[in-house]
Amino acid sequence: MKVAKTGNEAMAEAMRQINPDVVAAYPITPATEIVMIFSQFVADGLVDTEYVAVESEHSAMSACIGASAAGARVMTSTSSQGLALMYEMLYIAAGLRLPIVIGEVNRALSAPINIHGDHSDTMGARDSGWIQIFSENSQEAYDSMIQAILISERAKLPVMVTTDGFIISHCLEVIDMIPDSDVKRFIGEYKPERFLLDIKKPYTLGAIDLQDYYFEHKMQEAEAMKNSKKIIMDVAAEFNKSFGREYGFFEKYKLDDADIAIVCLGSAAGTTKVVVDELRAKGIKAGLLKPRVFRPFPYKEIASELSKVKAISVLDRSDTYSAYAGPVFTEITSALYSSNIQIPVNNYIYGLGGRDIGIADITKVFEELVGISKTKKVERLIGYIGVRE
Amino acid sequence: MKDIIEIRWHGRGGQGAKTAALLFAEAALATGKYIQGFPEYGPERMGAPVQAFNRLSDKPITLHCGITNPDFVVVLDPTLIKTVDVIAGLADTGAIIVNTEKTAAEMKKELNFNGKVFAINASKIAKECFGKEIPNTPMMGALVKVTKFLDINGVLEDTTKKLQKKFLHKPEIIDGNIKSIKRAYDEISG
Repeated sequence: MKVAKTGNEAMAEAMRQINPDVVAAYPITPATEIVMIFSQFVADGLVDTEYVAVESEHSAMSACIGASAAGARVMTSTSSQGLALMYEMLYIAAGLRLPIVIGEVNRALSAPINIHGDHSDTMGARDSGWIQIFSENSQEAYDSMIQAILISERAKLPVMVTTDGFIISHCLEVIDMIPDSDVKRFIGEYKPERFLLDIKKPYTLGAIDLQDYYFEHKMQEAEAMKNSKKIIMDVAAEFNKSFGREYGFFEKYKLDDADIAIVCLGSAAGTTKVVVDELRAKGIKAGLLKPRVFRPFPYKEIASELSKVKAISVLDRSDTYSAYAGPVFTEITSALYSSNIQIPVNNYIYGLGGRDIGIADITKVFEELVGISKTKKVERLIGYIGVRE
Repeated sequence: MKDIIEIRWHGRGGQGAKTAALLFAEAALATGKYIQGFPEYGPERMGAPVQAFNRLSDKPITLHCGITNPDFVVVLDPTLIKTVDVIAGLADTGAIIVNTEKTAAEMKKELNFNGKVFAINASKIAKECFGKEIPNTPMMGALVKVTKFLDINGVLEDTTKKLQKKFLHKPEIIDGNIKSIKRAYDEISG
């Protein structure tokens, strides 16, 4: 059914339909509404969830870890400083191989204080062992939250699904919601293989693990992330079969015959599609590759899709402060290099702290790419969009 | 007609600019359009100038940038005209609707705008219809008339449903608000 929902409402509705056993959360702008709406669902008796109001995000993730280890289906939501405060526990959730799902609203990190959308928070957790799924709009956020439950439980890895703060979290859009009973059927019941409250099969979780076994366990974790690729694609295929919406590691928009391409995550990809259409109408073969799954990073698949274009620009909504480039750029270029693909690529950092990126900004990037595709030379490797220099 | 119609609402914190933008978006969805409704999130205070935005289209909307060149501007508070550049980015082919006691001709002169200017005393309509000077719902009625994008009966029907949910225990508010939308739709001049 087509309804009007903001990104936050869409994520909260997905959580209602999933009906997790436990939600432990601490509200933070711009994700506050997700837990606010969800706690109303709890109060109204629309879900069976045990809602744990905690005193910080560190405690929220700790409670999620405890509940998940006990065998519950567990979800939470956070943003920015909240995710940063969870940092220590994020690694523990992944290391203990617990299927927790976070609805994460991308927001800038302090200082300076800023509540608006950029990807710094999520990128800070990119090596924490969590599967990361970015959303362009509310529909993708809603659909990915539902898929994330199955992905996390099958991969035995936690998943964060993100939207761009305010740009998507607070934008009312049309989404197609799935009937409650269909979501229930799709995700099924959670039957953990092992859980701490299973007194018939006691086991130890989170024991000390020094030189003798730590490495093996971490390698298994890395292996689980590799294996999650198939799981993500399987769940996407099941979702498409059930509900008719196609998902994968990334979305290609007019990329197959493109001469020039932009790679970017999240809401800016939607604006880029409009620019691609405008340029195509002028005979310029522009295209877009929008990574959806950033962890695991599908480097071979992305490199293969980009192999035929003549010039690429990677747009990053966060910086690494490494005196080098943005996190998406380094992944894309390393993917191309390790696949022996030599294409000129440049990088633009944009939209930090919610700075708007519009049609004119993206058009300029494509215009520069037209030049690079001819000269094969990148004059400026790393630039900034829409900032006073 | 353009593929996407863009609207900017100007109000003061507490006047319901965001609510009106969201209600308008939902009413448009009810008539089968694709929509976006979003507020500008600055520091929000009661009485401070605020903005809210709409996009409407017959096709899915993928644009997720701010609106800088709206087709229509709605001004909920006439005192904003002196402090905020309400016609910024509005082309001469566009239109502006102002909640004011003045006539459209007087307002056109004051705004120094070459496009269409519409005037409606929405505060008075609101006061008479539901006893409060909250001009957002009548301004929505005025916008429906000026944009010619939506069917007024569909809008009234959908908004009634939305308000019934929101004000379950205050039915008098619902009738008054609906009446104010219809009155502004009928009375707007320009």
